[in-house]
Amino acid sequence: MASAVISSSPFVCKSSTKVKGLGFSSFPKPSQISVHRCQKKSIVSVMAPQRSSPATSGSVKTGMTMTEKILAKAAEKSQVVPGDNIWVNVDVLMTHDVCGPGAFGIFKREFGDNAKVWDPEKIVVIPDHYIFTTDKRANRNVDIMREHCREQNIKYFYDITDLGDFRANPDYKGVCHVALAQEGHCRPGEVLLGTDSHTCTAGAFGQFATGIGNTDAGFVLGTGKILLKVPPTMRFILDGEMPSYLQAKDLILQIIGEISVAGATYKTMEFSGTTIESLSMEERMTLCNMVVEAGGKNGVIPPDATTFNYVENRTSVPFEPVYSDGNASFVADYRFDVSKLEPVVAKPHSPDNRALARECKDVKIDRVYIGSCTGGKTEDFMAAAKLLHAAGKQVKVPTFLVPATKKVWMDVYALPVPGAGGKTCAQIFEEAGCDTPTSPSCGACLGGPADTYARLNEPQVCVSTTNRNFPGRMGNKEGQIYLASPYTAAASALTGHVTDPREFLQ
Amino acid sequence: MASSLPTLPRVLPSSSSKPSSPFVKFISPTLKTTTSTSLIPSSISLSSRRTSSIIPRATASSSSEVSNSLAKTTFHGLCFVLKDNIDTDQIIPADKATIFPSNQQERDEIGSNALSGLPDSHKPRFVEPGEIKSKYSIIIAGENFGCGSSREHAPVCLGAAGVKAVVAQTYARIFFRNSVATGEVFPLESEVRVCDECTTGDTVTIELRDSGGLLSNHTTGKQYKLKAIGDAGPVIDAGGIFAYARKMGMIPSPSVA
Repeated sequence: MASAVISSSPFVCKSSTKVKGLGFSSFPKPSQISVHRCQKKSIVSVMAPQRSSPATSGSVKTGMTMTEKILAKAAEKSQVVPGDNIWVNVDVLMTHDVCGPGAFGIFKREFGDNAKVWDPEKIVVIPDHYIFTTDKRANRNVDIMREHCREQNIKYFYDITDLGDFRANPDYKGVCHVALAQEGHCRPGEVLLGTDSHTCTAGAFGQFATGIGNTDAGFVLGTGKILLKVPPTMRFILDGEMPSYLQAKDLILQIIGEISVAGATYKTMEFSGTTIESLSMEERMTLCNMVVEAGGKNGVIPPDATTFNYVENRTSVPFEPVYSDGNASFVADYRFDVSKLEPVVAKPHSPDNRALARECKDVKIDRVYIGSCTGGKTEDFMAAAKLLHAAGKQVKVPTFLVPATKKVWMDVYALPVPGAGGKTCAQIFEEAGCDTPTSPSCGACLGGPADTYARLNEPQVCVSTTNRNFPGRMGNKEGQIYLASPYTAAASALTGHVTDPREFLQ
Repeated sequence: MASSLPTLPRVLPSSSSKPSSPFVKFISPTLKTTTSTSLIPSSISLSSRRTSSIIPRATASSSSEVSNSLAKTTFHGLCFVLKDNIDTDQIIPADKATIFPSNQQERDEIGSNALSGLPDSHKPRFVEPGEIKSKYSIIIAGENFGCGSSREHAPVCLGAAGVKAVVAQTYARIFFRNSVATGEVFPLESEVRVCDECTTGDTVTIELRDSGGLLSNHTTGKQYKLKAIGDAGPVIDAGGIFAYARKMGMIPSPSVA
């Protein structure tokens, strides 16, 4: 059920790999598969030509990719191949205020009013989407989740009751994907599902993480299992020293611009290489966050000392990292020399509408938005502040700052920005004329109720550190959203035009 | 405590708020007879979707639909044509996600907002202002239909608006999965770029067959092959993920609450 017909995926188009179904599932026989058009966009410049994978059959034990290994272990099998439909044990299920009521409603309908969730310690409920609003239905959803959590004894419920002052709520965190990481729920080798498309963010920790709908979530609530089809893996090897003006957001926009918004549909995007190894956890999260914007099922990064250091500081739950075998099969290989890349944006109205930031310098903008799971983490604000401090100027357009979580908000006010003489982000933002950092939540990334802070209510042009720019994404249908890195967003705020951050960074 | 929670209505006779689901057509007669007897006590729904009609005692009015197997399912109606990369925010704007279609009133509301996220210049509108349902029961789309969010509101609003099936060139995976899981719309794939050869308002018929299907456009006189449903078939046949899991013995039959 979790599958497109195999023949619609470029996977079949590129390789002769036969996928053998294990168990009950029946795959379309090769004679039924009509292999048709491959990807419509041609591959450009910096990548090595794609290799097709060798044909495999179930009887030959082949190497497995990271994702295949994680899913095999979670399905208690010794081996899986792409295309297998398997029942997988879930380690963590996350839901939030928008989808939680629906998911729990389905759970009760299917398992009974008195049913109990499969494990009240493996469910994390994080209100974050429509929080600071007077919309009654949005408020109702948080209340509904409170009741469910109380009834089911859910251990992790990051509740909010005082909407007037987020700091007055001891449990409230903010944006779910950032909170999951900060609270130690992301661990290598595990299976994490969430009722949100950007659940793929957690793949940065070397785990399988993907978004699901309410019905699937209702099923998981009752059983702790989900039916999944093993995805093939596309490998992205990024090497070279990261230029000082480039961020992970530029990398992922580069990649999505290369393969298109459907370039990774049903596939895993595995990121490795020396550049990846040099990235912090938050930058790795940004990279994996937008995997869904390429259609990807999940993103994954091999865990290393950076990962273990982050995770072990936040949880004592043991974990078991896995890595792709040397002889694993990948359905595509892309290589990037990062040292040659430049800051990019995604122009309206698609995340794959890539352009060099410097080539958009004539685009006049009306506002800048820095926030969301993609670009509202501590390091994102640090980067923006660093650029603003280096420039020493005032912003020319309203610049909205929405820290993703309470912790990020506190960091913005407490942590000194390196090289700024002890000043905090908040001080630098104030001196530059930005709006005061607001209460942490998803905010206007997805528009939201009419009274959402920084919502695009007019047909304006906005440079944003968020993840999608389809028509109407931030509110107004004629609004024009340029997706960008925090550096590019800050630079653009200073000029009132889309601006390459090298204008202000050495 | 539980009384404060809006519960989704039971799918069985006590539930009066669920409209007929497109999925009533998909259940094979053999499956119906085997699953209806021993597994499901009267108070519990059979599957995760609005398939109330598939349980014999509730299906008196729709028995003719229920007797169709998956292979013999047909849809007929006017089509609404869209192009590529129609994302979930265009299908249902994100601020409508607070609607929780647990009752008919909210289901009507979300249905009336189906495809309201399309640019204002897009004409005709999918649902006329003031209406709850659309006059178009089949959507024809290009590539990557339903990209974006994992919110089930997307297939739910289409189903609530009266859409029976979508014929797209390709789907975004979460939308496809949610369509199958909810049973709101039947997601089909075309072999060619049908969205370039059909016009909104054309009368079309879709006939499903075991090895795929056929889309007939009566306005243009052309026919198009549709792809076999593939791996989703057994799940749709069973009646959704919950019914499928019960059929496979993965979850026990529910006990009376």
